[in-house]
Amino acid sequence: MPDKLSPSAAAALADLAQRGLLKDGMTVMVGGFGLCGIPEHLIMALRDSGVSRLTCISNNAGVDDFGLGLLLRTRQIAKMISSYVGENAEFERQYLAGELQIEFNPQGTLAERIRAGGAGIPAFYTATGVGTPVAQGKPTARLHRPRDTRGGAAPGPDAPTTEFVRETGLYADLALVKAELADTAGNLVYRMTARNFNPMMATAAEFVIAEAERVVPAGQIDPDHVHTPGSYVDRVVLAPGQKRIEQRTTRPG
Amino acid sequence: MPLTRDQITRRAALELRDGYVVNLGIGMPTLVASHIPPGMDVWLQSENGLLGIGPFPTEAQIDPDLINAGKQTITARTGAAFFSSAESFGMIRGGHIDMCILGAMQVSQAGDIANWMVPGKLVKGMGGAMDLVAGVRRVVVTMEHNAKDGSPKLVSACSLPLTGRACVDTVITELGVFRMQRTGPSAGRFALTELAPGVTLDEARARTEAQFDTPAPPTVVAV
Repeated sequence: MPDKLSPSAAAALADLAQRGLLKDGMTVMVGGFGLCGIPEHLIMALRDSGVSRLTCISNNAGVDDFGLGLLLRTRQIAKMISSYVGENAEFERQYLAGELQIEFNPQGTLAERIRAGGAGIPAFYTATGVGTPVAQGKPTARLHRPRDTRGGAAPGPDAPTTEFVRETGLYADLALVKAELADTAGNLVYRMTARNFNPMMATAAEFVIAEAERVVPAGQIDPDHVHTPGSYVDRVVLAPGQKRIEQRTTRPG
Repeated sequence: MPLTRDQITRRAALELRDGYVVNLGIGMPTLVASHIPPGMDVWLQSENGLLGIGPFPTEAQIDPDLINAGKQTITARTGAAFFSSAESFGMIRGGHIDMCILGAMQVSQAGDIANWMVPGKLVKGMGGAMDLVAGVRRVVVTMEHNAKDGSPKLVSACSLPLTGRACVDTVITELGVFRMQRTGPSAGRFALTELAPGVTLDEARARTEAQFDTPAPPTVVAV
């Protein structure tokens, strides 16, 4: 496998530009949950590239001065697909002014839409969101649950059916993910709850760039410990992060 | 005396069983963790990718890569596991979580829940709430019995956009405990099973819009 290590986040994006894939109006997946496990440096490099009218698929929208909040501030995002955007005042202002579109997805539906997109599954049925605004305008079907979630064995053909809503897979032009450890073949290992949306996003975009706290030569990661196989990843950038904390909560001791 | 917030969370903790895998919502439900009865082994799941939440960290233990769904720094207990958001919600959607405890703006007499959106107000998103109420085996709601303006939150039908339909099993408020009946002719209707000390059935009825049954005289909440 070719060496995927890129000298910087900007250089990795320049490779994308060279292929004609860095363009206004593109769709970008950005990993992370809150500020945990976000590709800090790649977000800043995307800002500096000047690309605009982005559709961003990301669970959250960062905070005003960090994460995707940086791209909101520069008005480079036209639409967000997220599950929760509570921590961002600039987001609120642009949304209320009609400058920013938002599509809310239930968090699990968002995660599964990305997983499905990466796995070549165009659509799936879920009970999540049935009877809520999320299901409006989407096809529904009455099906047996694979397992009776209130206990008991799998239901037989005569058992009552449940209403499910159809959700579609998501696939992006670009995915920016954050790993703890990468090798030059693009294999990735995530750390604790910084894993979150990163592994699915790494499978669901035309071009995938990973920034990592540490990068080692191929062969230095035990193949048994790889979370994301290297074939999904196009570029690796060594870029230790600030790792900001949103809610510092402690006990005495 | 109606229950205090602390007593509501204590009562909610009594719903837990040894060996349960439980997801606690943000706010009052998070406090249930400190009232898990001693000797009971409960595994707390955090939907951002952890099974086995431990205590909050000391200053020296803080790790920015280890947070809960409320974005608070936490620790992982012995035997914990980390996984992706897709795996986490597969666990939730697939019915592998025994119980979730969460707050609500409204619960209807049919067990519908609304807790994410007030039309005309800024919508911040549903996070994982819709997945939890649709997939977890037992849904327990802890909430104040009435809104700030005094209007009932246990209503005949939710006026707010739903989070989930016919999914609530138990509602615990400062006035008492309501349980959704799942079998027999009363299936799909709430029963008031417990009242807070000194709270009368008449008071509970006066402050509740939802219809509910009292198949047996309510007992006094033990907290």
